[in-house]
Amino acid sequence: MANVRDIRRRIRSVKNTRQITKAMKMVSAAKLRRAQERALASRAYAHMLANVLASTVGRAELVNPATGEPWNPLLAIRPEKNVLLVLVTGDRGLAGAFNSNVLKAALGFLDHFKDKNIDIVAVGRKGRDFLRRRYPVGKAGEERKGQVQVIGEHLNLLAKVDYEAVSEIADHIAKAYRDERIDSVYLIFNEFKSVISQRLIAQRILPVQELGRREVALTEEFELGDRQRMAEAARTAGVSLKEPEPTEFEKEATKFATAPVDYIYEQSPEELFAGLLPRYVAFEIFEGMLESVAAEHAARMTAMDSASNNANDVIDSLTLTMNRARQAAITKEIIEIVSGAAAL
Amino acid sequence: MADTLHLQIVTPDRLLVREDCDQVQIPGKNGELGILPGHAPLITELQIGEISYRVGTTTQYLAVAWGFAEVLPDKVTILADAAERAENIDVKRAQEAKARAEEALRQAAADLDYDATLYALRRAEVRLAVAARAGQTAAAH
Repeated sequence: MANVRDIRRRIRSVKNTRQITKAMKMVSAAKLRRAQERALASRAYAHMLANVLASTVGRAELVNPATGEPWNPLLAIRPEKNVLLVLVTGDRGLAGAFNSNVLKAALGFLDHFKDKNIDIVAVGRKGRDFLRRRYPVGKAGEERKGQVQVIGEHLNLLAKVDYEAVSEIADHIAKAYRDERIDSVYLIFNEFKSVISQRLIAQRILPVQELGRREVALTEEFELGDRQRMAEAARTAGVSLKEPEPTEFEKEATKFATAPVDYIYEQSPEELFAGLLPRYVAFEIFEGMLESVAAEHAARMTAMDSASNNANDVIDSLTLTMNRARQAAITKEIIEIVSGAAAL
Repeated sequence: MADTLHLQIVTPDRLLVREDCDQVQIPGKNGELGILPGHAPLITELQIGEISYRVGTTTQYLAVAWGFAEVLPDKVTILADAAERAENIDVKRAQEAKARAEEALRQAAADLDYDATLYALRRAEVRLAVAARAGQTAAAH
């Protein structure tokens, strides 16, 4: 049996690890709260944008009745031959199954569209690394390097998701779509409404079909066990499980451009679509990224919570072993003394 | 009739402005719009430009890249892509952006995205103009 001093040393080392995982859990919890606040702050904008789009659609159909053409190239539906996939993972690991879940969903997506040409834009280092190992790196507008190719990467964007940076990416995507280099655009990310309401989705971003509602092509729910672990981690870290209630201001935002009056519209539907749709696309991607960031922090918090719990178990079992070893040593000494005395 | 306008400016990040004011000036796509309380209901797209609003005798300025405005008799709500208060504008960054865009236009490379560059240039100019306004008002006080 191992000696008492060695076991004690191991317990100390596990305790140190536990301290680190506990700290990381609390840091992730704090970051999660901040990420949720950001997502919440963007909700008012989301409502307002959806409203203006809805009211524009209410005034005019998506297609120009005179020509039968869509009002905007971003509304045009073509047979899907060339697909663009934007994959949102994290930049860093130690987040449990977060990254591998997203990647698994991506592989499922690629399998689903295996007879199409797929260009991938990777957001986040983990996704980039994974994709680069499997698929060739190509360049948009040049000869294809393979049926599936990686054409872009955005690292360190997620540390502080900046709307302007995202809208630049979205502009490139919209341009490729207008030029008919791609026929549809999907965004794969970890949807996050609250800690217990999450799923992996492939959202179709282009062509724009359903306004103000996520168009989900593929979806994968989390397993019950995973959800319970997440809820438990959130509870012990003091993170709310529920989706935050809409604020007074957010409620007001839902009424944007819907007052029961006859508005004077300064622009024609065509002009409005031209201005609105690129923003809509950019905002969908922006929102997806914000949710993915929140989900990543939640996953890391959960992973660190499990690690701390495991450390506790290890400490308990080591303590038991140590006590046994100590007991055995004492017993042995007594026997030696007793038998020594008997020999006299 | 209401005698003040409730102004709200919302960006993807946050609620930037929420104030009661006497007059609002917005850069509509088809021309500048001056709005006083009691204005007819109106919806318009905004272009790159300057939003200003007056409370009493003080006027505040903001730079806006693109937006959408809903005008009601007692309320103006603006949905803006990117909006900055004059005093928060990073003048150095705007100057750099301006120089970059001008340089790109001068060289006129074959693959230049002309629209995007002009847009960047225009944005930088508006930012600088609005920032200069903040300088003026600060100097006046």
